[in-house]
Amino acid sequence: MPTVPAEYYLVLSAILFTLGVVGVLIRRNALVMFMSVELMLNAVNLTLITYSHFLENVDGQIFVLLVMAVAAAEVAVGLAIVVALYRHKETTDVDEMDLLKG
Amino acid sequence: MVIFFLLAIVAVAAGVGVIAQRSAVRSALFLLVNFCCLAGLYILLNAQFVAAVQVIVYAGAIVVLFLFVVMLLGIERAEESPAPAAGSQAGLQRMQWIAALLLGLLFLAGIIWALVPAQAATSGAVTPTDNVQAIGAALLTDFAIPFELTALVLLVAIIGAVVLAKKRLEG
Repeated sequence: MPTVPAEYYLVLSAILFTLGVVGVLIRRNALVMFMSVELMLNAVNLTLITYSHFLENVDGQIFVLLVMAVAAAEVAVGLAIVVALYRHKETTDVDEMDLLKG
Repeated sequence: MVIFFLLAIVAVAAGVGVIAQRSAVRSALFLLVNFCCLAGLYILLNAQFVAAVQVIVYAGAIVVLFLFVVMLLGIERAEESPAPAAGSQAGLQRMQWIAALLLGLLFLAGIIWALVPAQAATSGAVTPTDNVQAIGAALLTDFAIPFELTALVLLVAIIGAVVLAKKRLEG
């Protein structure tokens, strides 16, 4: 079985990252925007793992573990903010969240 | 090769599903599929430990957290109700979508243009290593301080989440 070249993985992670970017751009629901951010984080993780594999260096995998820890923290705080905002405004639409616009 | 393409196609399809679904619950479930495909790709890349952590942390914890919040808030009903937008507003929204897609394509081209030359740096030869042992050794020697700092990050996140969620009750 031929091994998959690194470019394939890199292009796949680029596609997934772009999907995340487009998701953040077109969706107005704060929760779905968070999910898109997770997509982007995962795409970067895939890049790190790919290089870790092809450069035969385990450091990339350590980075991925740290990214996962930060992502978990980010989701916990972010969802707490969404819950607090929802209690306040009864919506998760980011267009409605204009308190700081003055 | 076949497994790679299978996982890649499912991952991309699930990614499209995440951003295209109206319902937040379905988005979260597509996200789950995406994470599982990525875990499979990690195994293909000889990163078994990270694959296991991916399934446990992302698929296990993060997606459940998302689903929990979606269902807790009952956003399902209120979420992006197809408000009959006026003609000009619908047109504006469509313009925004097209602009976002074009920017996304431009962005994708940029990343690929940046990534493919970088490929020259990689060596083709791959030897399977003792994955978990190597990660453990690196975590507790070279990366001991970042590893400990992760604990601090998680502590701060816990405190922040509790404070944010609790604030309303006190007031």
